[in-house]
Amino acid sequence: MKHDIEITLNGQVQRLTVESHQTLLDMLRDDLKLFGARESCGLSVCGACTVLVDGEPVSSCTHLAARADGKELTTVEGLGSASAPHPVQQAFLECGAFQCSYCTPGMLLTASCLLREIPHPTLDEIKEYMVGNLCRCGAYPEILQAIQLAAGSRE
Amino acid sequence: MMDLSIVGTNARRVEGPDKVTGRVDFMDNMELPGMLHGMLLRSRVPHGRIVNIDTSRARRLPGVHAVLCGQDLLGMNIDPFTGPAFKDQAALAIGKVRYVGDPIAAVAAVDRETAEEALELIDVEIEELPAVFDVQAAMAPGAPLLMERMVPAGTFADLIELLGGDDVPATSNAAFQYKLRRGDVDGALARADRVFKDTYSNPATQHGDLETHCTIAKWENSGKLQVWSATQSPSYVRIMLANMFHIPESRVRVMVPYLGGGFGSKLYMKLEPVTTLLAQASGRPVKVRLTRKEEFLTITKHGVTATLTTGVMNDGQIIARDCEIMWDTGAYADIGPRVTHKSGYTSAGPYTIPNVRIDSYSVYTNKPPAGAFRGFGIMQVCWAYESQMDVIAREMGWDPVEFRLKNLYHDGDTHATGTVIYSLGLEQSLRAVADAIKWKSDAPAERNRPSDVPSPLGQGGGASSTAPIESPLRKTGSKIVRGKGVACSMKAMITPSVAAATLHVHSDGSVSVLSSAVDMGQGSDTQLSQIAAETLGVRLEDISVVHPDTDVTPYDLITAGSRTTFHMGNAVRLAAADAQQQLFATAAEVLDAAPEELTAQAGKIWARSAPDRTLTFGQVMFKRFDARAGTLTGHGLFETYHAPTDLQTGQSEMVTAHWLCGATAAEVEIDTETGQLRILDIATAVDVGKAINPFACRQQIAGATLQGTGPALFEEMLHDAGQLINGSFADYKIPSFLDLPDQTTPIIVEHPHKEGPYGAKGIGEAGIFAIAPAIANAIADALGGARVPDLPLTPEKILRAAREANAPESSR
Repeated sequence: MKHDIEITLNGQVQRLTVESHQTLLDMLRDDLKLFGARESCGLSVCGACTVLVDGEPVSSCTHLAARADGKELTTVEGLGSASAPHPVQQAFLECGAFQCSYCTPGMLLTASCLLREIPHPTLDEIKEYMVGNLCRCGAYPEILQAIQLAAGSRE
Repeated sequence: MMDLSIVGTNARRVEGPDKVTGRVDFMDNMELPGMLHGMLLRSRVPHGRIVNIDTSRARRLPGVHAVLCGQDLLGMNIDPFTGPAFKDQAALAIGKVRYVGDPIAAVAAVDRETAEEALELIDVEIEELPAVFDVQAAMAPGAPLLMERMVPAGTFADLIELLGGDDVPATSNAAFQYKLRRGDVDGALARADRVFKDTYSNPATQHGDLETHCTIAKWENSGKLQVWSATQSPSYVRIMLANMFHIPESRVRVMVPYLGGGFGSKLYMKLEPVTTLLAQASGRPVKVRLTRKEEFLTITKHGVTATLTTGVMNDGQIIARDCEIMWDTGAYADIGPRVTHKSGYTSAGPYTIPNVRIDSYSVYTNKPPAGAFRGFGIMQVCWAYESQMDVIAREMGWDPVEFRLKNLYHDGDTHATGTVIYSLGLEQSLRAVADAIKWKSDAPAERNRPSDVPSPLGQGGGASSTAPIESPLRKTGSKIVRGKGVACSMKAMITPSVAAATLHVHSDGSVSVLSSAVDMGQGSDTQLSQIAAETLGVRLEDISVVHPDTDVTPYDLITAGSRTTFHMGNAVRLAAADAQQQLFATAAEVLDAAPEELTAQAGKIWARSAPDRTLTFGQVMFKRFDARAGTLTGHGLFETYHAPTDLQTGQSEMVTAHWLCGATAAEVEIDTETGQLRILDIATAVDVGKAINPFACRQQIAGATLQGTGPALFEEMLHDAGQLINGSFADYKIPSFLDLPDQTTPIIVEHPHKEGPYGAKGIGEAGIFAIAPAIANAIADALGGARVPDLPLTPEKILRAAREANAPESSR
């Protein structure tokens, strides 16, 4: 079954037709060719597919596209650009907070929500908030450093 | 001393802006016009004879363009069997299935949903056969055999035992045996003051690279095969596809983008054969991408059982060690024999033991294939020998660090393999980590030590304490104890091996480096750029690294085994020097100086005697070609050699051109009521030779340390009668932010390698070798010697070990 939906994606209103079974991740990658959100676990436990739905981090690999109707979506492509990076992106660059970077878009989006909710988080608050985003390369120390740097730079 | 301006700096990742914007091209981002999606049907039984596969219903489903099964492959003009050690794995199972998850049939359809539906329409009839699920059962007399014949692949020069080997009937499930004999082990054990015999094991684990395997294949009408793949071994894949289809290597093009992690999982042939076959059968480009569940069924890190018998003297000298090591390589050998072989060399540990006997077996079982994982088996053998080192130290009343230092290998020592060791910064590494966790700062409050003889090796330096400790772990009424542990390890890097690089200087003086090294996250593009810029004398931003494309990037063995900085770094250095020589020949005419007098830095060339008169690289290129035109090409080829090995004793004057090493020290806290563990501090030191990029070195070491905590503390693939029961990231946990040690300290040791580029060594693996035993040794220190011999070190096992150790009838 098909559904006509209207979303605001990275600030732009879009009308789309999606299948009932289609995930938000498949919609973004297959239909909209936005490749920043990535599939890894397929079970919403690793965070590689994280996008923001109405400002909240969501695992797009298990979130049905049809449920996004009327919502505001932000993907890493809407967070910032190489010439105008989001403070979190700038901090990740400066701290070298990635190795393979497969997890990076999810990390960035979750971290951006964290800093909106808790502008000056403690280390433990960062770890608690970010626990759903996994990095197999083990770039965690640099990621923690980058989030702290971004928190400082927002003052 | 060379004056370095780019090598040795913390240059930022060249691809950083693409990675922090999510724009970097991973394999699964790629699509081709008319591309189909392939999916695999997998065996549900662990061992069985394929009676019949009926694909007719699947073929009739609209949207399906190709359906293949093993039987179809036999009718084609191809060699369907591949494997880096033995040609034992067909692109799709032929005749038999050997594990739950063994690919039986493949479908290419217009989308994944249609392909999945088609898989449901394939009827498979399999007659189940008796199966073996562990090495013991597989090696028992009369055990069902997985293979009918053993066909050595003869591909890799380092697997000398298999070169020129014959196709022979299989007589057991042992695919491969590595043997080492040095001295008189039995005689030395008989005269040793004490003999220790212990068995340690670790289960199969996952690589867990977040990007799953993905390959696209396309056949041109001209007969040329184009393959894009998330692989760590493009050169190998090209050769093997050429062999498989009986076509020249020049007609196979393999291209590799950035990888979302590898850690050994993306080595050798994985999806390339089946994807290529589906593309051929359908006449369309085909993509195959695995799900996470399939990832668990594709490749694993070997589960291992190791029994060590070690003879020591009262003066602290180890005089003999016998190692029997069983590697569960699963249903197909993959690179299991190389893992068995490479870790075989150093199975007795990094110690000067005069009498050594090593028998390592790579054994087939009806489980997912085990292959390369970061370290090629060193993690598994290190778990055994570094656990036993602390058992011995405790029993003998010796300080674990001093005991190791007394026996450690140094430059100039002859290794158990007969090869003289050089460029090994092991002692510095061990001392550095011991210092980092303040090994000697806390006097042990109580220690079970023989009181009659004074220790020749100092008193224990751990942190056992009965004083109350304030800790977040503390529950009401529980007791928190602390302990410290160390472990160290070394590895012989794969030898012989070949790496080649090409370097183009363009008309404006900018530079392309053509290399088949795969940047899978370790940052090789950046380090190779630094080496090229430094050697050639240009700025970092003048360099662009061309990713593996076998049509243009020359041969490289594999991106694995910590070999890229050393081998490809050298190849790039040689290519840059070659190009510079050509530029200097032209510049010398203009500057009216001898070429030997010239020097270059930051894109300018001048004579040392006249530093005021400079030429840019672009000006030299213009002079050379009399126009804004032309390319100057430098070539670099770096090879390492081994000396012949006696197959009965494993003795060789040169088994490796490069020893890598590392050490780890950990301080832990344990709640003795729950067994819960907290790592307070973990320090890992790696001898990097010379840090090309110190930040990148520390990041590799810290990343390896944290990755290593997973298999140390909780990672384990669990099977029930051959069926994987935790094949997802929901059931199989990998380390998260909340699993981080309180403190992680990566340490760079620089003991230059005499042949390394600027003295650099390989480091990617060395940080992970000793994580598990260092933690286990800290646990034993905290719990009065209680040990967990089988990884992972779960709270349940820690608690059980503590209780057994405290029970009055316990002997150790």
